[in-house]
Amino acid sequence: MKKKSITEPRTSYTFDAYTNSEIRRAAETGIYDIRGGGSKRNLPNFDDLLFLGASISRYPLEGYREACNTKVILGDRFSSNPLNLEIPITIAGMSFGALSAQAKEALGRGASLVGTSTTTGDGGMTKEERGHSKQLVYQLLPSRYGMNPDDLRKADAIEIVVGQGAKPGGGGMLLGQKINDRVAEMRTLPKGIDQRSPCRHPDWTGPDDMEIKILELREITGWKVPIFVKVAGSRPYYDVALAAKSGADVVVVDGMQGGTAATQEVFIENVGIPTLACVRPAVRALQELGLHRKVQLIVSGGIRNGADVAKALALGADAVSIGSAALIALGDNDPRYQKDYEKLGTTAGSFDDWHEGLDPAGITTQDKKLAKRLDPKLGGRRLANYLNVMTMEAQTIARACGKNDLRNLEPEDLCALTVESAAMAGVPLAGTNWIPGT
Amino acid sequence: MHILDFNKLSLRDINKTLQGSDKNDFFSIRNPKGSHALAVGINKKITVKVVGSVGYYCAGMNKFSDIKVEGSAGPGLGENMMSGNIHVTGDVSQYAGASGHGGSILVDGNASSRCGISMKGVDIIIKGNVGHMSAFMAQRGNLVIFGDAGHALGDSIYEANIYVAGEVASLGTDCIEKKMTKKHLSNLENILSNANVSDYNPDTFRRFGSARSLYNFKVDNAKIY
Repeated sequence: MKKKSITEPRTSYTFDAYTNSEIRRAAETGIYDIRGGGSKRNLPNFDDLLFLGASISRYPLEGYREACNTKVILGDRFSSNPLNLEIPITIAGMSFGALSAQAKEALGRGASLVGTSTTTGDGGMTKEERGHSKQLVYQLLPSRYGMNPDDLRKADAIEIVVGQGAKPGGGGMLLGQKINDRVAEMRTLPKGIDQRSPCRHPDWTGPDDMEIKILELREITGWKVPIFVKVAGSRPYYDVALAAKSGADVVVVDGMQGGTAATQEVFIENVGIPTLACVRPAVRALQELGLHRKVQLIVSGGIRNGADVAKALALGADAVSIGSAALIALGDNDPRYQKDYEKLGTTAGSFDDWHEGLDPAGITTQDKKLAKRLDPKLGGRRLANYLNVMTMEAQTIARACGKNDLRNLEPEDLCALTVESAAMAGVPLAGTNWIPGT
Repeated sequence: MHILDFNKLSLRDINKTLQGSDKNDFFSIRNPKGSHALAVGINKKITVKVVGSVGYYCAGMNKFSDIKVEGSAGPGLGENMMSGNIHVTGDVSQYAGASGHGGSILVDGNASSRCGISMKGVDIIIKGNVGHMSAFMAQRGNLVIFGDAGHALGDSIYEANIYVAGEVASLGTDCIEKKMTKKHLSNLENILSNANVSDYNPDTFRRFGSARSLYNFKVDNAKIY
């Protein structure tokens, strides 16, 4: 009889349990894994930065007495009617189709309660979101699903989507389970097909064409509404410079923690760069063009709380945008649905098969019964509460740094906990004057 | 008839006039000099004649209007148009009729690559030849080509119809030749009749459309995804 080993069983770091399960899944199904959400890796992020706070060299503002402005104007470079937001936190583009009509309504209600904007997505504008969003950004996407000039003129801003942080260089995906009659009609597609959106716009390529595209959109809308350009976090310095040069009023940079309704796992986890690494190159591009604060910068991808908001703004952003966090505020991955998640082979907090349309929380679904689980009014209230908390948290930090406006936060208010984050954010390693790479 | 002259007016002036005009107004635009984004976003049944060639996105996102270009047009002619008509007497560049939802485009000359890309219901008639990747991901509507078609015609096409009288260099993924049924012949004749095109022999046209084999993922198709 073989003697029992006295050493512990050793699992492989390279072939860990998840990796092995993914190999087995690929071997069994013959298809890559598709899921929603953003990168789940342990990436360098805003948690790696700390605020220094005020002391002798700088003095703080009274936490509950002295004002700290949160308002921001987006898009006053060329448009006559820029967005006037009460808080520098916007709701990112998420489509009807990917989300239920109730979820879109809840996002609109919540954003409107606190005076910020929400954004359409691939698939066009629904009456629910237009009706409940005081300030609505209409996306112009490569697919042009549901794009029409009437909705364009109803929009408060237009966002040309070049890329998305979860999938730079990739198009959207909406699988057949979610293409019901209404979604199919809005997208001019047969019901039940697996819809794979194009990755490039059908009628322009490159910055010179985009400049003319922006001209066309301005001519159609009478130069009234701001034009945003959204790029994925990949080469932020060049992409932001080119977007600004092309005439954008606002540039949105979406890092790899930014979510998607559905795409390949390999894409989400291996293409693009972390949000933290996007901000300084984007700001530098605008500064070198003399356009920082003239072309506003919105940063998105994994923004979770007021500290993240304050850090993004301190690095030079004008506002942030949230998607995944807004869905969590509505009830996505809520532990109260744990039993339902277990039936789907997952757990509350891990559910990411948004493309299958079986979301127990009624958010990423077109199933009528499931969608009814989300009360749009209650969802909107929850989102408004969350946005208010984030704003107050950011104000708390700003006052502690002696700032009476969130946008007065600056890189000099920050230090980094790791060499990597110091290099990415361009701020000194804590306790030193060392900024790697400078 | 109202004359709008680029030698005297700006692009904004001209588009604002067209967009704010009354139903059934008639405009003649002079000296366009290849201007981009001309006659876009019109929402009324007006008639516009452009004397000369135009740049990008002429007649983009229009509804109801009749636009005639006496010359050639740059990229994106009639992009995302919803209804109405466009007639170009010369040639057109890339992406003509891209993502158009309705109405019709008639081009007397040739069209460059990606003609009818992502079209969603528009009818496009090209009296000459079309370039490569035309009707790429075409969702609905009809592309009628009197001349030859370049490579990868109808790649990843959905439910649009393609009619070709000339030669096809190659078909794109999931695009196949289909039987010209009486229904489809009637459809072709209607499209051409609506555009006042009568000088053609219907028997010379072949029909192409989707094999529908890529509509839902099948592992056996992995090599072409």
